[in-house]
Order: sequence, then C-alpha cells, then structure tokens
Amino acid sequence: MKLNLKVWRQKNNKDEGRYEAHTVEATGDMSFLEMMDVLNEQLISEKKEPVAFEHDCREGICGSCNMVINGKPHGPQQGTTTCQLHMRHFNDGDSIAIEPFRSAAFPVIKDLVVDRSAFDHIIQAGGYISVNTGQAPDGNAIPIEKDLAGQSFDAATCIGCGACVAACPNGSAMLFTSAKVAHLGLLPQGKVEHTKRVKNMVDTMDKEGFGMCSNIGACEVECPKEISIENIAMMNRSYLASVFGGRE
Amino acid sequence: MSNITLNSNEPKGGLTNKWTDYRGSMNLVAPNNKRNLEVIIVGTGLAGASAASTLAELGYKVKAFTFHDSPRRAHSIAAQGGINAAKNYQNDGDSTFRLFYDTIKGGDYRSRESNVHRLAEVSTNIIDQCVAQGVPFAREYGGLLANRSFGGVQVSRTFYARGQTGQQLLIGAYQGLSRQISNGQVEMYNRHEMLDLVLVDGKARGIITRNLVTGKIDRHAAHCVVLATGGYGNVFYLSTNAMGCNVSAGWRSVKKGALMANPCFTQIHPTCIPVSGHYQSKLTLMSESLRNDGRVWVPKTKADAEAIQRGEKKGVDIAEADRDYYLERRYPAFGNLVPRDVASRAAKIACDEGKGVSPTGLAVFLDFADAIQRYGKAEAISKGIDNPDIVKLGEAIVKAKYGNLFQMYEKITGEDPYKNPMKIYPAVHYTMGGIWVDYNLETNVPGLFALGEANFSDHGANRLGASALMQGLADGYFVLPYTIGTFLSKEIRTPKISTDSPEFATAERDVTDRLLKLKSINGTQSVESFHRRLGQIVWEYCGMSRTAEGLKTGRQKIRDLRDEFYKDVFIPGDLEDYNPELEKATRVADFLELGELMMVDALDRNESCGGHFREEYSTDEGEAKRDDENYAYVSAWEWDDNQPILHKEELKFENVELKTRSYK
Repeated sequence: MKLNLKVWRQKNNKDEGRYEAHTVEATGDMSFLEMMDVLNEQLISEKKEPVAFEHDCREGICGSCNMVINGKPHGPQQGTTTCQLHMRHFNDGDSIAIEPFRSAAFPVIKDLVVDRSAFDHIIQAGGYISVNTGQAPDGNAIPIEKDLAGQSFDAATCIGCGACVAACPNGSAMLFTSAKVAHLGLLPQGKVEHTKRVKNMVDTMDKEGFGMCSNIGACEVECPKEISIENIAMMNRSYLASVFGGRE
Repeated sequence: MSNITLNSNEPKGGLTNKWTDYRGSMNLVAPNNKRNLEVIIVGTGLAGASAASTLAELGYKVKAFTFHDSPRRAHSIAAQGGINAAKNYQNDGDSTFRLFYDTIKGGDYRSRESNVHRLAEVSTNIIDQCVAQGVPFAREYGGLLANRSFGGVQVSRTFYARGQTGQQLLIGAYQGLSRQISNGQVEMYNRHEMLDLVLVDGKARGIITRNLVTGKIDRHAAHCVVLATGGYGNVFYLSTNAMGCNVSAGWRSVKKGALMANPCFTQIHPTCIPVSGHYQSKLTLMSESLRNDGRVWVPKTKADAEAIQRGEKKGVDIAEADRDYYLERRYPAFGNLVPRDVASRAAKIACDEGKGVSPTGLAVFLDFADAIQRYGKAEAISKGIDNPDIVKLGEAIVKAKYGNLFQMYEKITGEDPYKNPMKIYPAVHYTMGGIWVDYNLETNVPGLFALGEANFSDHGANRLGASALMQGLADGYFVLPYTIGTFLSKEIRTPKISTDSPEFATAERDVTDRLLKLKSINGTQSVESFHRRLGQIVWEYCGMSRTAEGLKTGRQKIRDLRDEFYKDVFIPGDLEDYNPELEKATRVADFLELGELMMVDALDRNESCGGHFREEYSTDEGEAKRDDENYAYVSAWEWDDNQPILHKEELKFENVELKTRSYK
C-alpha cells in the first residue's frame, strides 16, 4: 500500500517546527514503526536526515514510543502502543499525520522526540515504598486478597508513555499519577506512606506544569494499557484527606 | 597482556556455607568512609537499578547512567514469564540445592558451582524484597503467593505477575532507585551513553559518555565502575532484544583489557513469533510459560505441511492422528517443558525436514485446544454448571493466565490464537556469555565489576527460564553490595578521583576521534543495512547449529563486512546533536568485532553443549555431545584484531556429578 505521510519535523526546542510530506510503500504485516524505518532508510539513501522518533522494545511494554497519529496518541487502535499498531489497519492511499506527544510539560527535543522526565520527578516525589534491601519479612508474611492484588496490578501496568497527557486538553498527568498511587496504596505494604505519598506526588505534578483534571476522560480512552479513570477518583479522595484530615 | 592468570577468587569451604562464611569474614567499609567513596553504575535495568539503590542505601555515592530517557525503559521490562526462587511454597520438593542443581545441569555443566549456589541461596530474599517493595505478584485465593512451572525443572518455583513479571520487577527497582535519587544519594544521568572506560594506574576509575541530546562528550570519575549493561543478542540484528540493546560498554571495556567469556553461548528461545518479512526490525517472544499449557506439534507428513504452507489447510484441519507432538514423543519425562536449547533445536529439525507450518516453512504450532478443553471441563465441574459451553469456559481461564500474550500475538499476526494454534519459531533471546568476572563479580581489571546479563557467570551454556530476572536482582540487591567492599575497603584512603588526569584526557580524545572518523567516512550505505547483513552472517554460521567450516567462513565474512563498513558507511546529521544514526553506528562498529570473536570462540569449542551445537559433535539421536575431558573450562578472550587470545578458567565440579543431560 502507498501512504501519504505528513510528519512533524522540528530541529530542536527553539525551532518552530513544520510538517513535511513523504510517500511510503508499506505492507500490512509491518508495524507502524517499521513503516517509519522504511521512510528513514529512504531519507538516508537520499542523504537526508531521518525522522527522529523514540522507540526501544517494540513490543508495547517499555513506553518509549510516542506518536500522535491522525490526532490520536498511539493511533486509532484501542489499547495499543504505536509499536504494536500494524499497517493492516490502514488502507492504500491513506493520508497519515504524525506528530509528537504535545504538552507544556513535555518539551520537544527533536522531531517526534519529547522530554518526559517530568514523569520521573513525580515518581521521585513519593512513588515508592520506603524499604531498604534486606529489611523485608517473608514474602508470605502478609497475605493479600487475590482480587486486591489484581486491582493493584492493573494500575501497575502503566508504561509511563505519556499518552494520557497528550490526549488531555489540559495536559493533565492525573491518570499517570493516580495509577502509581493506586498500585501502591491498595497494597498493605504501601498503605503506611499513602497519605504523604499522595500529597507529595500531586504537588510535584502541579509543579512540573501539568494541568488540572476536568473529567474529560480522554486519558482513559487513549491509554494503551487501558488504565481506569477510577484511579483518579481514588486519588482525589486521598488527596482531600491528606489536605484536610492529615490522615484518611 | 598475555600473562593474565584467571583467579575465580572463590572462598574456601564447603559449597553450602561458602557464601555465609565469606560474608561473615570479608572486609567491610565503615559508614563514614562509604560517604567518601563514589561508584559509577552503567545501565539501570534490573541489575543496575537494584545495585544503585542498594549501594546508595548503604551510604555510597552513586552515579548511575542510562542511554534511555528514564531508567524505567530498560529491556528487563520486557521479561514476561517469571522469576525463580527456591521458596518451596508449593511443598513439591524444591530446595536451594535443587535450584542450584537444575541451574548447573540446565547450563550443561559450564558454569561455576560456587556462583550458582550463591544465586540459589539468595533467590528467596529477592522475592521477599520485591513483595515488600509492592510488586503485585500473582496470588492464590488464600492470599498467598502463586507459582508456576517453567522449562527444564520438575517443581513449581516460578513467581510471576501475569505475563509482565519483568515490568513489575523493574518498576520495583526503578522506584527504589527513584527514592535514592530524591534523597540525593544517586546522581542520575539519563540519555547518556558510555563510550569508553578510563583506567588510572590499571584500575577502573571512570567513563567517557556522550550526552545523547546535545552530543557533548563528558568525563565522569569514581573509585570503581560497575557495568550492568545487559546482553549482546542484537549482534544477530533480529532478536527479541529491544532495539537499543548493545554491547558497547562491555566491548569498550574489553578493549581496555577486560576479558569476554564464552561469547558463543547464546540462547535461542523456542517460542517467538516467526519472521514475516525483510523489513522486520525485531522479533517478539511468546513467554515460555505458554509451554505449561500449549502443546508443540507439526504435521506428521510433508504433504500436510506443504498444504499449510500454501494456505490450503489450517492447523485445525489436521486430524489428531496426523499430528506429531514431537517434544512429547522425544522427551516423555519433560514433554513440552524441555529446556530452551533442546526445544529450539527440535523445532529446527522439524522445519529442516520440511514440516514447517508458515509460508516460509519456518514455524511450528503451539496449540492450546487441549488446555481450553481441560480447563473448561474443570471449571464446569467446580461451578456445577449444567450443559456447559466448555470452550467458552476454558478460553476464559486461558485468557486469565495468558491474556496479554494472546492479545500481543493477535496484534502482531492478525490471527486469533484461541481459534487457531499459534505459530512459533526460535529466535535469539539471551546471551549467557559476557564479561568474565570472579566470585566477587569483579573483572580481571581491578575496580571494574559486571552484573546481570552483562557478565557470564551463572548460566553456563544455557539459561533456564525465569532465571535471568533472578540473576539480575541477585547480583544487584544481594551480591555486589557485599562483594564491592572487597575492592573498596582498600580504597578508603584514595581521595576523590579527578577527571583532570592525562588518562581521562586521552580517553576523551580517543572517543572524539572515533566519532569524527565514523562521521567522515561519508559513504553510501546506512548503518542499518550493515547491521542487517552482520545479523544474517552470525545467524547463519553461529546460530542454532554450527560447523568448523561454517565458522571459518563466517569469520572471514564478518572481517570483510567490517572493512566495508569503515569504507562506506553513511551517518547523517551532526555529532553535536540528537543523532540516533550516530548512536547506532558506534554500536554496530562494536558488534562487528564481537561477532568475529563469537565465531572464534565457537570454533575453539570442539564439543556441543547447551546453546552451542556443533554438528560434528552430536549423538546418533541428534543430541548434543559434550566433551568434559577437554572443554570443561570457561573461555575468556583477550581481544586482538588479528588473533584473539584465549585464557582458560578450568571448571571444577565437586558437588555435582557430570552427567549427560537427559530430559527423556
């Protein structure tokens, strides 16, 4: 199939950026990134600079890839990262617009590559359980209800890609932050620091320049790991408790 | 250089007390001195992140480096199936000794007894540590930890978090690391790639890095350097490794005198999604845990296989009597759960006989129909359902166990694995070889340590499933934090290392010159095209089966390709900019040397063992024929562009009897 691409090119953070048009020949079994590889090989053979994009595992788990495809973070397919999107979901002659994940808190580094270190800062603010190596009791010392462990796991599957932020008109990181709060806060081990954790992580989120949540729900729709917006509700309750009650 | 003597530095004493006694008697570093000692850790996957956070907790000043934008992206994250530990929670006869024995045997008796026993000992601490960190492991209804079984063993000792165990463990280690970053104990350098190791007075004292955003070359100094930089599977171009995985940090250290051990020991994983086209950039693993319930087969006749290859028949059209469940037939004791090397070779044999089931003929079936029936029936009985829809009930159970893997398979292939058997084929997955280290995980270069997949130490010639995560975390949480003291306790009087020395200046200049040289070639072929050709050569001559003749040919082909690379590679963009093509070029340049060393190593080893299968050394039944008399050693290579130099570490087996590995 022949595809007409409109790809975002931006030399660096100071450059204004623009779309560049290219045509590429692809097959249905290619992944979206393999289609981009074909484009880049084409550009290199013309001695031009290839399109910079971030990618690594190419199996939907590292969270590196981050393209907005035809206006949607990670493209049209539900629950799928860019690297796991395959070209069989497109048709011959399609036009495809490709942009980076845009948000004030994710400055562009080059072309489709953005700086997502703000996410690391949120985790550093409290997204952990304070246990030193060697302090742990036996793994079976604290039984955890199967369903509860499952719920915690569902929140923990976040890959930190930032699609939630890119999808949100407010550029909010509430889904990302609340997923970590839920992952840890649901487990007995994580309860001890829960209140402090929520407060610190939310405060850092604000400081990093992410917007507020206004219950639009685009984050949940675009999340490649289908993380539930219910986590946000849970975090809001805990945050209020941390501000007014000191404790839940 | 050639008068290197390899000393494993194993402490004396009986196998079971060795580690405990050693810990009790080794030199320690007092807290007031730890504050003044700096440690560089390169790589922040499971091994690196766990080491960085643990050393920081102990009070050392840590500088950690990753080429990723965040430590959370390391390829440990993609490990699916699980992590082994000798907890014996299932009461099925597991023990530290059994895990030790399984690992030694699984590795085809080519690993060091003392290291492996220590790994088995600390395995249980890892699970405790991870649970305390909040890793949401799978649980039973009673709330206790669940286990499953993996290839090459007869007990259930694998802990898991659905099909995303690596992700959950890495996130745990990343969170621990994040805590130390926020404390200021770890200085984190994201998007920095190590391009050289700096030795001062023969000791590893620093690294030269390139800032991948700005292209700036920087010097970093510390009292010692730890490599936790993963494996080199991407030398094959197509592998299950992430695109960025590379050997450069290790290889640069080899060029500074470290030794590369057993480079030809690479693991070909039996259950990966087959190659679909020439544009393919990587291969995707389907977790070994699937072999708990999936049955591997090919049609009994070539006629049926050819009909499938032409698309005229599907797997479900082949009658039960016309299928060859070849693993169950050849290895009744372990069946579909034979170790990876055995399963991979058996798939290759089936396909070489013309019985492959994809258009290319390079695939076998992994079938869940029986499991769906079995689980469906059990569920109907346990829930007391009349007129049950067995298939629907069974599919629900299979989905709960392997849902994300089935979904991934469907996304990549466009086929529904609940209705049609999966098609799988072996692919490069893990490298048992790596930097040579002693019992302390220290290389032959004083002050240079190597952890996790980057070292060679624990898996011999074949790694068992769910043991990579175990080793990465064992090294980082529970081994290095002790053993690094054997070196650092002698360094307490060494002041902060300066980057102003001539050694640092020279190393920096070498890096700059190397980059300029690559850029100035300004040829006509892309880095990617060279990498792809290198991969084809290594796969063909040093893949699932090898011959002396082929290895000689392969070596020459790589040398020719290397010459061509340095004459005709084209790197677009600027040196002082975000430039992924330049990053790839430095990595491929290193792979072009490592690939040659793999051929040399495989040619030296005139035996078959584990993942190293030499056609000249096989039994009448096609099984590997080991030669313990002549090859029970670790091959530790000193690089030389003309003829690499072999140093041998003889392996002594005092606690296990060397047997022919049988899974029949």
